[in-house]
Amino acid sequence: MKSSVIIFPGSNCDRDMDVALNKFGFKNKMVWHNDNVIPKSDLVVLPGGFSYGDYLRCGSIAAKSNIINSVIEFANKGGLVIGICNGFQILIETGLVTGALLRNKYLKFICKNIFVKANKSHNKYFNKIKKDVLELHIAHNDGNYFCSEDDLKTMEDNDQIAVRYCDINGEISDNSNPNGSIQNIAGVFNKKKNILGMMPHPERVIDNCLSSNDGSYFFENLLSNMK
Amino acid sequence: MKIKVIVTPKKGVLDPQGKAIQQTLNSMNFIDVNEVRQGKYFEINTNLEDEKDAKKNVEDMCKKLLANLVIEDFEIL
Repeated sequence: MKSSVIIFPGSNCDRDMDVALNKFGFKNKMVWHNDNVIPKSDLVVLPGGFSYGDYLRCGSIAAKSNIINSVIEFANKGGLVIGICNGFQILIETGLVTGALLRNKYLKFICKNIFVKANKSHNKYFNKIKKDVLELHIAHNDGNYFCSEDDLKTMEDNDQIAVRYCDINGEISDNSNPNGSIQNIAGVFNKKKNILGMMPHPERVIDNCLSSNDGSYFFENLLSNMK
Repeated sequence: MKIKVIVTPKKGVLDPQGKAIQQTLNSMNFIDVNEVRQGKYFEINTNLEDEKDAKKNVEDMCKKLLANLVIEDFEIL
């Protein structure tokens, strides 16, 4: 399976994602934001970081990069696209997924492991993962997910909420909400569920010598669905 | 010609920075302040000479880049 990770000026999780994808069997290529064409890929990843120094709004400048037109075209044809953290912010700014990411509720940059519950129905990202609660990592200043009530209802009706923050026992509550996101939302799908945007970083937790190995389930599951 | 734009968080959208500023002002004894909303201000110099054309162009810029209409409103001054 072939993947492409897009590098923007200020991306800083691009190499981690490259390591993770290669570890789990993808043949990954790094693609510069100024290129116009994505190499033949089964998966495109917009990595985390601080593209363009988060100027104007996080992800807003990167969303106008040369490569983005190809990403949109790839996504609209049903290609799998993942945006992690800043990549999620970029997806939001392109309009490929719904909503907005506001400054964290308590105005703090949050960098820690958190627990999430993933939506396993009818999607290639989480469907066969056996574990109910995943321990992933977040590191962001603007991850406070927001959308209008109408959009929230539409997304809930279409089962587009991908990931929610929870506690170690899987309970979803205000206490397990690190950044003020509505409904504890940590990630969403587009309507067809080929696009996933989420704040947590699976690529940071892919080995037991790191703080968690739960990101491995994500990549293994994704790959198993693509073979 | 210079066109000025103000972008503000939409009503009902949480503005944690505005809230923190309000609390600080209150703690500085500006006890009358009951809300602060923090926005952005842009000055755009354009080669267009017709004000109507220039403002129309800036409106397009606001919709496409300067504001995120999910969470922000804009006003061309």
